[in-house]
Amino acid sequence: MNKKGFALIAAVMLLIFSPFIFSLFYLNLVTEILILAIFALSLNILVGYTGLVSLGHAAFFGVGAYMSAILAREISPNFFLTLFASLAAAIIASAIIGIFCVKVSGFYFLMLTLAFSQMIYSFVHQSTTITGGSNGLSGIPSPLIGSLDFSNPVYFYYLILLLFILIYGGLSLIVHSPFGQVLIGIRENETRLKSMGYHTTLYKLAAFVIAGGLGGVAGSLYTSFNSFISPSDVYWTMSGSVLIMVLIGGSGTMIGPVLGAAFIVILETIVSSYTTMWMMIIGIIFILFVVFFPKGIVGLGKLLLQSFSKSNKLSAISGKKSNALYNNDVKN
Amino acid sequence: MDIIGAQLVNSISYGLLLFVITCGLSLVFGILGVLNLAHGSLYMIGAYVSYSITVHSGQNFWLALIIAPLAVAVCSLIIEMILLRPTYQLGHLSQVLLTFGLAYVIHDMTAAIWGSDVLSIPLPQSLSGTVTLFNQAFPVYRLAVIAIGLILAGLLWFIQEKTRWGAIIRAGLSDKEMICALGVNIQLVFTVVFFIGGYLAGFGGVIAAPILGLYPSMEFQTLILALVVLVIGGLGSIAGTFVASLTIGIVETFCRFLVPELSLFVVFGLMAVVLIVKPNGLLGRQVVKH
Repeated sequence: MNKKGFALIAAVMLLIFSPFIFSLFYLNLVTEILILAIFALSLNILVGYTGLVSLGHAAFFGVGAYMSAILAREISPNFFLTLFASLAAAIIASAIIGIFCVKVSGFYFLMLTLAFSQMIYSFVHQSTTITGGSNGLSGIPSPLIGSLDFSNPVYFYYLILLLFILIYGGLSLIVHSPFGQVLIGIRENETRLKSMGYHTTLYKLAAFVIAGGLGGVAGSLYTSFNSFISPSDVYWTMSGSVLIMVLIGGSGTMIGPVLGAAFIVILETIVSSYTTMWMMIIGIIFILFVVFFPKGIVGLGKLLLQSFSKSNKLSAISGKKSNALYNNDVKN
Repeated sequence: MDIIGAQLVNSISYGLLLFVITCGLSLVFGILGVLNLAHGSLYMIGAYVSYSITVHSGQNFWLALIIAPLAVAVCSLIIEMILLRPTYQLGHLSQVLLTFGLAYVIHDMTAAIWGSDVLSIPLPQSLSGTVTLFNQAFPVYRLAVIAIGLILAGLLWFIQEKTRWGAIIRAGLSDKEMICALGVNIQLVFTVVFFIGGYLAGFGGVIAAPILGLYPSMEFQTLILALVVLVIGGLGSIAGTFVASLTIGIVETFCRFLVPELSLFVVFGLMAVVLIVKPNGLLGRQVVKH
């Protein structure tokens, strides 16, 4: 546990000091990773902890992103306004969609979330007056808090980092709380939980709304970061890629989605500087993970640690044995 | 009245095109229980291969119609043998994810081979004319698609209902363990069905290419429409797929005509309503147990 705490503090320190270490390009990369990590963390509440595989999470990302884009352009780029309005819009959208989706499970849940997210996509894509249609919305002003302008990438980075730490901490508390344990129970055996008297549908709806709301927050931050949003960020391939992040990182763990987001963003950046075929490489890596390491990077790391400590133990044991043998020999 | 008649012909043509594209997906899903998210990619390979064949054979569309689906079928055979067969024990969800990863891989492969420009396939000479129906000129090819769709539907129905292979497939749909116990090599059935599914995807690609064109990310758009048809029709039912294709064809064409901004919204809304009210689809049985 101490080791874990140490690693956590080291990671946070690294993140806090990264503006002094990295160049602007890499700092922006880290910012993007943190935003997408929030998105992946939110999906992980559904996929990893509640066991509901959603292929429509981009819907809430899109609701948040467009809400904040429209508000920033039309009313005010005040950060708290765009953030909380996006959060509220995403919560409302996910509550409405969630009521229908949590009634079904498995394959039907996958398809129903897909259908709803595609409804939102087709609205965004085809309604030119509000959302700019397929051109998207551009020239979105960077967020302001009072007179503090966050167009400076370092300020923006610290803002995102603060939110990321808050959300990560909040979600850790949630999944370790009794409420989170009920969600895990639903993943493991819903029938049993029902028979124990839990209103599982209500719990699933709550998980859906938490996931959707945080997805909206991620969308809002993403808009502020890029100052641009297009319908392709609401398309179902976006839902697919965030699902890939969660699964490659390790679903059902807190750190997994963060690692997954970092892995995909870094891979995309590195690969696309050599070749345009980054989708193929991500596809191949994803297939390898699904077949060989279904628990993702986290599972892989645990496996490596285990085999490492095992081989250490083995050598220690064999060392003792040889000593014992030696002693026996001496006695004889 | 003429306008409605013309729209009706259009919607039936579009609907049957959707049927040609979706029936392979439906068949594979019914038997293997694997939702093949690479189905759109197989469709795309079919379209691109037929493009290459027509370019290199002096615009011979018929040659492409024969060869391209077979090429796709061989691709899907390889996919089944290398990727799916060793992973049946992983469970259906993992296999769905596998096919999604595969869609990524195929996306870049086709982009590497055929580039990412928008391409189009010219119509064969004999089908490039127009016919006047309801005081409006229709491309003959649209009507040919109706004929092809009907023939394919009839053929699939005949194979499923009247032949021994069809009987095995139907039996496999309802009870896999039992049919194994009766001495049928279910592994072989899986392979053959995936082969046929690939063939149908490629066939759909060739048929749709002159109408829908070829462009990057076409597979994701096609796949999503195929999924809508699959869900509305009921999982793994050919008759359901047929009814759903026509329904979607009619709904989308008339929406495009009446409220163009909402056409896709209505289609996905229909999918959501069917999933909520009748999760097993219009004509489906419960195929997937969760």
